[in-house]
Amino acid sequence: MNPSPDVASIAARVQAYFAGRVAAAHAAPPGEIHFDAPLALVAGFSGHLYKKWNARLVSVFADDVRAQTRAFHLYYVFALDALGVFCVLRAPVPGDKLEFPSLANAIPAVDWQEREIQDWFGLKLVGHPNPRRCALHDHWPDVHPLRKDFDLRAPLPPFSGESHKFREVEGEGVFQVPVGPVHAGVIEPGHFLFSVAGEPVLYLQLRLFYTHKATEKLFEAMPVTHGVRLAESISGDSSFAHATAFCHAIERAAGVEPPPRARALRAVCLELERVYNHIADIGAIATDVGFAVANMLAMRLKEKVLRTNEQLTGNRLLRGMARLGGVGLDWDAARTSALSSLLAELPPEFESLVDMIENSSSTQDRLQRTGILTPAVARDLGIVGIAGRASGFCHDLRGNFSGRLYERAPFRVPVYQAGDVKHRMQVRVDEVRQSFSIIRHFMDDLPEGAIRAEIGGLPADRTALGWVEGWRGEIFHWVRTAPGNRLARCKIKDPSLQNWPALSHAIPGNIIPDFPVINKSFNLSYSGNDR
Amino acid sequence: MFEILRKSLKTGIVTERYPQTPPQISPLARGRPEIDFGNWKDARPAAAVCPTGAIAYSDQGGERATTFDLGKCIFCGLCAEADPAIRVTNRCELAATRKTALQFSATYKLLPDGSHERLLSAPSPAPSSRVPRSPDPAVENLGRKIRRRATDIFGRSLHIREVDAGSCNGCEIEIVGLTGPVYDIERFGIHFVASPRHADMLLVTGPVTRNMELALRKTYDAMPAPRLVVAVGACGCSGGIFGTNYATRGGVDQVLPVDVYIPGCPPNPHALLHGILLAMGRRRLSLIPQSDNLII
Ligand code: SF4
Repeated sequence: MNPSPDVASIAARVQAYFAGRVAAAHAAPPGEIHFDAPLALVAGFSGHLYKKWNARLVSVFADDVRAQTRAFHLYYVFALDALGVFCVLRAPVPGDKLEFPSLANAIPAVDWQEREIQDWFGLKLVGHPNPRRCALHDHWPDVHPLRKDFDLRAPLPPFSGESHKFREVEGEGVFQVPVGPVHAGVIEPGHFLFSVAGEPVLYLQLRLFYTHKATEKLFEAMPVTHGVRLAESISGDSSFAHATAFCHAIERAAGVEPPPRARALRAVCLELERVYNHIADIGAIATDVGFAVANMLAMRLKEKVLRTNEQLTGNRLLRGMARLGGVGLDWDAARTSALSSLLAELPPEFESLVDMIENSSSTQDRLQRTGILTPAVARDLGIVGIAGRASGFCHDLRGNFSGRLYERAPFRVPVYQAGDVKHRMQVRVDEVRQSFSIIRHFMDDLPEGAIRAEIGGLPADRTALGWVEGWRGEIFHWVRTAPGNRLARCKIKDPSLQNWPALSHAIPGNIIPDFPVINKSFNLSYSGNDR
Repeated sequence: MFEILRKSLKTGIVTERYPQTPPQISPLARGRPEIDFGNWKDARPAAAVCPTGAIAYSDQGGERATTFDLGKCIFCGLCAEADPAIRVTNRCELAATRKTALQFSATYKLLPDGSHERLLSAPSPAPSSRVPRSPDPAVENLGRKIRRRATDIFGRSLHIREVDAGSCNGCEIEIVGLTGPVYDIERFGIHFVASPRHADMLLVTGPVTRNMELALRKTYDAMPAPRLVVAVGACGCSGGIFGTNYATRGGVDQVLPVDVYIPGCPPNPHALLHGILLAMGRRRLSLIPQSDNLII
């Protein structure tokens, strides 16, 4: 199942290809290969990894190390899915020439991430097709909050300067319809500008980052134990997944592995998070096409899961359960029996929810061929998770990157090519069914023993990547440690940051009244995106 | 169609009767931590593990001032693991009309080894006391009048406009849950509405990010008076784990006048109902025992 990749030979072959201009760095955590290369080589390196190794660029970010090296570091994280290996390329940006070349023309998937670096670190993007501000709104003062000499608590002057200029869409009968940041329903804030001609949408512009709350910077200001709690608040619907990805990164930096029982409990909690979110989304998709009964059923089932979560972990969103080195509390017989009764009651009810929706032809009519994201576009944009798998993306970190979390779990990645709302719903249905069997698999044979390994003192100046396949898609946390059990940098990559641009491609040709259901079928996190 | 009808009949009514019945919360749920101020020996271990600064202390001139701020607490329970004088309860009905009602402080004599002893001043308000009384009868009278007036205006049917001012979406999960069959907020005559112009209450989550401040103010300004503002969750009450930083304002009351604060991370649906009903004048403050908690 899990191919044990020969990290050393991959490193050697890549190095040989670049004839010494790329250095494979020192001790990296298992499953990671670290390379150092000059900035000029980044594009060539990426191209080589994409072509030769079938890699995907999953995260791009910067780190301010001017105090140590008079430079900024850029990091490019590639997933070699088939081999279960991550390659992390580090390239310095010298402090006297604050610019870096864009990869966005070759790899559109990095568009927002590169602009985020430009905004947060003040490194100028060269050759980007749309180098406008993205993560900092236009009327922010000229500050670069992730630089180390910027104070987290710095009070900023009130807004001034120019507000955002959207692109004009012109033509006879073309209207622009602005929506947000406060939306009609109880959802997170963001701004959408639709350009319509008659009913169909011609063009959709997104403006996010309304919920930016300095999360990455905050990680640098607190001990790592507090960081676990902060990670729970990156995206509330993925509290456990984010906190676990964070713990994973810290554990890898410390060279500690959680005991088997902790790993099993983690996997079960991740699946519970998947189940309640998928069920909620299935209901919400139904409600957005006017099928309220199905949503009421879904909400009732979701409530069951949340109450079980509360019994299992003390919190309905599984908060408090994630802990460095393992999990927060052990499950006694009372707790496991709560889970067993959920597993007995929920699956048949879930099937009746699925039947209800499948047998409603008017609902099916609204879901089929609505909001299509073609596999080609999805591949270019690097779309991951549920949305990716509905559009031909066949990866799930629970497979080759399971990090010994999902060993031997019964599991198959559902992949479809149609890319419409119906199939984004179908991926959820398939995954919920699998989650039930994954939970059973772990609970039937729960390993005995400790639920936590001691992390002890965290060595300073280590870097490590942590990851989790959350219910929405792949989550990455990258950390660089500092003395005193603290972090010098924590980079968070929520799948939403990758997937939001997909919406602009799935909407055109559809009518505005279908936007809510299309949006819901992606159900991306604003907070996870904006941090 | 018939299939759906059959299923509905078979399922029956799943709606809870809260607040006529006590909240259905697992005894294992983590709610409000209780500090045994009289027997507290050392504030340092709990303050060290508390991720939000809800438990804090400062030492000066042989005295130690300690504070516990329920508005900052995310109910993680770590303090109780670190300190035997702290116990986590599953109590969730914690809403208050004043922020100070969520803050408890006590002063101790500082010992040479850094621990403390002997309570110099008791926590105020005491965790188990009844509704805090204001000293002036005139003020109290006015308060009663206002509450009656609020009940008259808002007590029957209420329209809520929810604004996420930068939350993590955890609070939204529970707020959306209120519209489901189990909590069914509509049975109180309460509706969530799209337009602030139709709304009586602004229900606000999040620490109020710099980017949402203007939208929040505009939404408030668009509401007809009289209007209520309810701050939801640790972030809404105080900025929570995000606090005040370059991107956040540190809570709803930094921007708007707040009528009711609902602590929690996120608040349990019962806690939300409790706070909303409290703002409508349909429930009294929570610091009283369960049985005489109802005035519906
Ligand atoms: S339960 Fe509240 S007071 Fe205790 S450590 Fe957690 S946030 Fe702090």
